[in-house]
Amino acid sequence: MKIIVAIKQVPVRDSVLQVDASGKWIRESELSFEVNEPDAYALEEALQLKERYGGEVIALCAGPARVSQAIREALAKGADRAIHVESDDLGAADSLGIARLLASAIRSEQPDLVLTGLQSDDLGYGQTGVIMAELLGFPHSTIIMQVEAAGSSVRVKRELENGWFQWMELPLPAVLTIQSGISKLRYATLMGIKKARTKEVKRLSAAELGGLAAPVLSVEKVYLPQKTKETQMLDGTPAEAAAALVEKLRFEARVL
Amino acid sequence: MARFAGVDYLLIDSLFSEEELLVRQTARQFVDERVIPLVRDCYRDGRFPEELIPEMAGLGFLGANLEDYGCAGMNNVQYGLIMQELERGDSGLRSFVSVQGALVMYPILTYGSEQQKQTWLPKLQAGEAIGCFGLTEPGFGSNPGGMTTKATRAGDCWVLNGEKTWITNGSQAHIAVVWARTDEGIRGFLVEKGTAGYSTADIHGKLSMRASVTSSLSFQDCRIPLDNMLPGAKGLKAALSCLTQARYGIGWGVIGAAMDCYETARRYSLTRKQFDGRPIASHQLVQEKLAWMITEITKAQLLALHVGRLKDGGKAEAAHVSMLKRNNVAIALDCARLSRDLLGANGIMDEYPLMRHLCNLETVKTYEGTDHIHALVIGERVTGVAAYK
Ligand SMILES: Cc1cc2nc3c(=O)[nH]c(=O)nc-3n(C[C@H](O)[C@H](O)[C@H](O)COP(=O)(O)OP(=O)(O)OC[C@H]3O[C@@H](n4cnc5c(N)ncnc54)[C@H](O)[C@@H]3O)c2cc1C
Repeated sequence: MKIIVAIKQVPVRDSVLQVDASGKWIRESELSFEVNEPDAYALEEALQLKERYGGEVIALCAGPARVSQAIREALAKGADRAIHVESDDLGAADSLGIARLLASAIRSEQPDLVLTGLQSDDLGYGQTGVIMAELLGFPHSTIIMQVEAAGSSVRVKRELENGWFQWMELPLPAVLTIQSGISKLRYATLMGIKKARTKEVKRLSAAELGGLAAPVLSVEKVYLPQKTKETQMLDGTPAEAAAALVEKLRFEARVL
Repeated sequence: MARFAGVDYLLIDSLFSEEELLVRQTARQFVDERVIPLVRDCYRDGRFPEELIPEMAGLGFLGANLEDYGCAGMNNVQYGLIMQELERGDSGLRSFVSVQGALVMYPILTYGSEQQKQTWLPKLQAGEAIGCFGLTEPGFGSNPGGMTTKATRAGDCWVLNGEKTWITNGSQAHIAVVWARTDEGIRGFLVEKGTAGYSTADIHGKLSMRASVTSSLSFQDCRIPLDNMLPGAKGLKAALSCLTQARYGIGWGVIGAAMDCYETARRYSLTRKQFDGRPIASHQLVQEKLAWMITEITKAQLLALHVGRLKDGGKAEAAHVSMLKRNNVAIALDCARLSRDLLGANGIMDEYPLMRHLCNLETVKTYEGTDHIHALVIGERVTGVAAYK
């Protein structure tokens, strides 16, 4: 199976953010960046599929020079090669513009499967994957938790609400957007990091891919959340309340 | 699970390559996810976390800066960053990796025969064999040149007699690199676990390095094949060359312990309130301690990085590494003490890592050349006069 994984580089979680001079984005100069978490799971899923069914994993990443770090990480973890769509001004682009660039880079590769994370941790649109699928004319499915190859199609498990799931089958080629937390992420081993030195990274400019279109959607204003004090009472038995509290401390307050 | 965000006051990260940062990321995640959750109990129970060995080996941490025989071939800065992160977890874990890589794999790679390299290096790299390094004796610590352990030739064997003590990984080790006096001076030998006449006993009652195994090794008419001598290791200087490798890693490792202490104290000072509900961070005396710590940590980082670049360029000397080891251990120990102080009563609890780092660093100050001995190395370097005796 030939799998392309689109990964995005985003500011490190829990970074201290400051709004930039334009008021429309954050100051990037002092930030550290990392692979968008859902994309890390998409890469992990791709690598596991390759281990099971054979084939090739290609990491695809659009962004300025700094994203070479994300590409290197993907190669170190086991991607066979990578495509870097070079552009310094993706900050002003919308999902459609970026999906166009990515789709155009993907088309010539003729993959069987394209994976992305279900959304990015910075903007959280959850759009890039599905728009890309439309542009490519591929079927797509979102919030995927499990993938199984079945000849010329894939069987996937989708997350619905309230703990419900759905199994469905898609013909290949297809685009899947992957849910976070579905597996255990591998580390980039030192041997993998060394091996990444010799792997191919194809660099394509936005111009070569048809150029970055003017956005149809733009960010007007970025501001820090207004702090309000709110008391929440946790109901239920002590065990239920404790479980709810742990959940909040872990995922909302992020202190655990 | 809390993720360590790093300590970088002077944008030192900009001095690392993309690959160096990726290596650090792997080590950092490993320590956050696998080490920190269990290290407090290990320390409390006086247990080395053996279950981490296969995973560390798989990641390439063992002998990471050595070439070939399965080793990862990282540069010395990458190696240093791994040590930093491991010691942020615990000095005992870093000691294990230091001994395995710098004191066992390094001498076999540098001074061993091809046969010895092929037999041992792949296994040591894979964590399937564990090694230890026996230099110190009950009567000879800072002055190992006085050692009394003897190796005498008898037919097709070397016969070892003597005792080594304070040996990290001692009873765990499948293979011991042992230094002994022969007719032709001090030589290095490989002694396999289970050899008749070779026994080990663990040292109990340690209030430091509790998550690390420390043992005595005893040799009583212990016969080993002639082939078990390291052919290239001649004289005490061969043993000292291994120590230079390990000390280099310590110079980086202790920065990790210092960072953990500083960061714990910094955070605590922002949440702990005293006198009119003000965080203790708002007091000048508290800020002075934090300012001192971050300044010293930053200097230590630059010192380590510079020595690392020198080492990669083949220009690092033992006397450079002495300055790195001595300075960085001293400031790490001071950071541990200051941050312990800033946490008040909480600072003495094992819920926080401060006392553990503090106690561990007392060992780190002593082993691999005490603070005094490194002062004398630096002193000799700048005066040309040796003042050890
Ligand atoms: C947990 C732990 C693990 C260890 N692991 C190993 C290991 O794996 N392998 C190994 O071989 N050894 C190991 N050691 C031993 C360690 O290297 C020695 O403890 C160290 O070299 C100091 O020797 P000593 O303890 O005999 O102290 P001493 O040499 O007796 O020193 C005591 C004090 O006297 C000072 N002193 C001595 N000579 C001088 C001098 N000329 N001028 C000024 N001051 C001087 C010292 O600086 C120190 O303050 C370990 C030690 C510990 C605690």
